Amino acid sequence: MEINLKDLIINPGLVTIKDKILLSGTIYTVRDIAHKKITEILDSNEPHKLPFALLNSAIYYCGPTPAKPGSIIGACGPTTSKRMDFFTPKLLKNGVKFLIGKGDRSRTVINSIKEKEALYFVATGGIAALLARTVKKIELIAFKNLGPEAIYKLEVKNMPLIVAIDSFGKNIFNR
Amino acid sequence: MRKIQTKIITKAAELLCNEANFKLPNDVLEHLKQNFIFESNNIAKGILSDIIENANIALNDKIPLCQDTGSANFFLEIGKEVYIEGRDSIYEAINRGTALGYTKNYLRKSIVLDPIIRKNSNDNTPANIYISITSGDKIKITFLAKGGGSDNASVLKMFNPTSSWQEIEDFIVDSIKNKGKNSCPPLIIGIGIGGSFSNVSFLSLKALLRNIGSSNKNKFYDEKEKELLNTINNLNIGPMNLGGKTTSLAVFIETKPTHIASLPVAVNFQCHSYRKRTIII
Repeated sequence: MEINLKDLIINPGLVTIKDKILLSGTIYTVRDIAHKKITEILDSNEPHKLPFALLNSAIYYCGPTPAKPGSIIGACGPTTSKRMDFFTPKLLKNGVKFLIGKGDRSRTVINSIKEKEALYFVATGGIAALLARTVKKIELIAFKNLGPEAIYKLEVKNMPLIVAIDSFGKNIFNR
Repeated sequence: MRKIQTKIITKAAELLCNEANFKLPNDVLEHLKQNFIFESNNIAKGILSDIIENANIALNDKIPLCQDTGSANFFLEIGKEVYIEGRDSIYEAINRGTALGYTKNYLRKSIVLDPIIRKNSNDNTPANIYISITSGDKIKITFLAKGGGSDNASVLKMFNPTSSWQEIEDFIVDSIKNKGKNSCPPLIIGIGIGGSFSNVSFLSLKALLRNIGSSNKNKFYDEKEKELLNTINNLNIGPMNLGGKTTSLAVFIETKPTHIASLPVAVNFQCHSYRKRTIII
């Protein structure tokens, strides 16, 4: 099913767990250290320092390889989501709506997703060359000195994902 | 003595980093294809198909198989009749090759120089280098790119020497249920048994250098590998932990003599992006 993030902002209930979707829209790469930095900014109550507007945003746990000349991006698959669990509820509370990564999440994260009617998608790890083809545009947003852990804004077209935790709190890993 | 220049070793290391990150080895691809045929779970089948397609795209478009191009691990078997010539030490030669391989081929630089300060080295060095001396006049270099996620899931336990095989098996299976399931299955599982606390984890890493489909030379452990593989593939974890029969492609056991008081066991997880390559100089 092809789906645009804009439609999911209006109605996250359009998808439920196990749905295989092809997602289009704007997503931000945010992984370990960037989570810590965003959390510090939120804790110090200085929202003007946030690298991007969190409201209704989508974040992708990803640190891509550098783009070779003539390419938009290098390999760009997901990293393990669980390492972000500690930070996720605060990000959701501050407006983040969509999470993209790999693997299961903590009970606290599942509850936050349900409460905020957010969505968690999984991408397949280790298919980073295939996923690179779905990125149409890239822009460096923040933390350039972190190298692969910098925040990039990506425009994706038909990125293959599976709905893993839906806005009703149902969890694909609960088997 | 046969003279080998360090610059040849540097060139070999560079080539290995390059080739391994873009080409999935044949044994891995073959087993992924076999599992695709036998897998009955639809989501699992779709993921296996994507992994196989990804291997083609990586090779044809020259995009790394995975964005985590790993820590660079080198296993050198140096023949005792080799004389290494050049200004660099063997470690410098390998690190120089690693830096060239990761920089020139646009691979990710995933190494920080200090575990607490966490400043990136910007060229993926230092590599992890393991050297052993063998007979002959050649150098065999095997490279393994190891992703952080699967390495993080690896575990080590010091058992009592009186522990049963069942207890060890339970520990291995539980480690997959707890953390291994999130480290990009289908997994290749390296198990080290014996030795000491310090070297059992190396045994589990060395176990990962075998080819998928190869038998353990020890009949007892060969049977245990097959039993474990069967048990693991019946856990319904499946590719990416989304269900199915394809949880592991191979279980490899390496053992070593140990102390009368000890029974160390280490479980080393390798994701399906099993990037290894060997060169003989």
